[in-house]
Amino acid sequence: MSKVKKRKSLNREGQSSGIAVNAVLLFLVILWTIPTFGILVTSFRVKDNVFATGWWKAFSDDSGFTLENYGQVLAGRDYKLKSDTNGNSPVKGDNMAGAFLNSISVTVPAVVIPILIAAFAAYGFAWLDFPGRRPLFILIVALLVVPLQISLIPVLRDYQKLKLNGTYLGIWLAHTGFGLPLATYLLFNYISTIPRSILESAFIDGASHFTTFVRLILPLSVPALASFAIFQFLWVWNDMLVALVFLSGAGAKMQVVTVRLLNLIGSRGQDWQLLTSGAFISMILPLTVFLALQKFFIRGLMAGSVKE
Amino acid sequence: MGDLYVPDKKRNAGQEFITAVGRVLVSLFVPVVTFAVLWAGFIFLRDSGASQLIITLVAIIWGVGGVAALFILSNFTIQRLPVHWRKRFVPFLFVGPALIILGYYLFLPAIRSFYMSFMGKFSKDFVGLANYKYIFTDRTMRLAFLNNLEWMILGTSLSLIFGLLFALLSEKSRFEKLAKSLIFLPMAISFVGAGVIWKFIYAFRPAGEAQIGLLNALVTALGGSPVNWIVLRPWNTIFLIIILVWLQTGYAMVILSAAIKGVPVTLKEAARIDGASEWRIVFQIIIPSIKGSLVTVGTTILIVTLKVFDIVYAMTNGLFGTEVLASQQYKQMFKFLNYGRGSAIAIVILIAVIPVMWYNLKQFGKREVF
Repeated sequence: MSKVKKRKSLNREGQSSGIAVNAVLLFLVILWTIPTFGILVTSFRVKDNVFATGWWKAFSDDSGFTLENYGQVLAGRDYKLKSDTNGNSPVKGDNMAGAFLNSISVTVPAVVIPILIAAFAAYGFAWLDFPGRRPLFILIVALLVVPLQISLIPVLRDYQKLKLNGTYLGIWLAHTGFGLPLATYLLFNYISTIPRSILESAFIDGASHFTTFVRLILPLSVPALASFAIFQFLWVWNDMLVALVFLSGAGAKMQVVTVRLLNLIGSRGQDWQLLTSGAFISMILPLTVFLALQKFFIRGLMAGSVKE
Repeated sequence: MGDLYVPDKKRNAGQEFITAVGRVLVSLFVPVVTFAVLWAGFIFLRDSGASQLIITLVAIIWGVGGVAALFILSNFTIQRLPVHWRKRFVPFLFVGPALIILGYYLFLPAIRSFYMSFMGKFSKDFVGLANYKYIFTDRTMRLAFLNNLEWMILGTSLSLIFGLLFALLSEKSRFEKLAKSLIFLPMAISFVGAGVIWKFIYAFRPAGEAQIGLLNALVTALGGSPVNWIVLRPWNTIFLIIILVWLQTGYAMVILSAAIKGVPVTLKEAARIDGASEWRIVFQIIIPSIKGSLVTVGTTILIVTLKVFDIVYAMTNGLFGTEVLASQQYKQMFKFLNYGRGSAIAIVILIAVIPVMWYNLKQFGKREVF
């Protein structure tokens, strides 16, 4: 700090700099928001308009906006498309609704299972004494950055032998394995700071470790559990690679939204009105969760990345 | 287990015997029933043709309930053991499941992949270093390495620069919260979803037709001719990297912003009184003070870019010279069914993260928790 040379003492923070800051910020925020806004608008436009003009001209369309695209993307095999010339004509739906439900079936247990297992482990590492405690925890810290690519081939080969490829159990356990190092690390950081005296009073009352954990530690750890839950929810919901690999055995029956969207890019590559509404369906749940629980998410991010 | 409960006092031997048998039966009955129910649920989820909604409900109840049931069951069983056994098993009840799963899904695969990387296509014959020789000499692989390097350098540095810029600007703005929320929002979007969003920005139609992609509309409005950005070598990798920067900047911003708020105000004020310009304050006070956070954010994004897969796979499927390591690994696995080469690529990715792992361990060693 001594490098800062002495000059005339003048406070340079004037009003003009405030306006400049806000202007630059506004420009960048618009730049960051426009891409998402563009697909939101397009997803409500009539097909012919999408191809005739850019989405920024949507507000001067004569035919206004429509929910037709969402109907078609969400529908199962057949969807009746209303048209002026030949009444109701059946078209192929993209069954995004099925994929959405499937994503929920994959995501909810794939969030809860690692949280529970990690919370137990965090308690064990924080409050129980057993041989190998320190080296085992160091192993977990080391596994924090191990890329999941390393597991794909060996685990997939086992899954094929055990017929677990293309089952919910298989993908839940895979997501659990990949999420556990961070979950255990975050929850350990939290649970190990709970005052010893709280636990001791429980033991004096004759409670076992199991009871203490379930009745006392779990409720006390809710903020940390929530932080990790959002983390894992976004990760599992938005994951494509793990789903592509470990659900490959079930084919189209068990596609999650990301994989369905990927196929949509392949089959509907130019049907922008369908691609954009499909993309929005895949984004709606994580965006809602994210906006509602941003505070917890940021807390988790900080705990996970500021390693002191 | 029953003989552990043989009474030491001679009371009613017959009654004691019946109690012991009863205990054994209960101890066996509860696990058997639990496993039967769990197995039935597994079969239902695998084979049932029920409607998706019912399957979803069953999956949630079975998955969430199953893991809770297994913990309660383990506790139930352990409580039935004599005290000195119980003491030994309780820690295992807590850390065992995590260690088994981590061992199987992360630790063991590292060893197995290492072994398989020296084996042939179907892991039946030893081929020595042939797979490594392939991945370091093949033309597509060389391209994948170079592209990945580009991802790591550009992706990480641009995310850091924009994240820092947003953190600094928003701190001085009255609209801090709103601006941050909007920048942060893409964090919730999947790489595939972001792929669709940006594919639309980059959309290309031949000259003369209406350009519905924003970028080409801008280019043509300024008098240029439309460009097919996605196939434009070698720049197309940069257009893909922009997607990642768009997604990751919010993360960098949040962490760096918190770090900037931690820089003592007195330090900044003192510099201002001394007449330092805002630029100097940023470069000589703020950046040196938040070096630790810059390193953490940088390494986190570096690892993301090292493993990048979804964006490339969704946008180009690795065509037009955009291949990266993870997409090559996926192709070796599923397209060429070559487990040896696929494993060798995975090992290379693992070796690349070892410095970060080492750093994390060193940081952890400094803590006094253990």
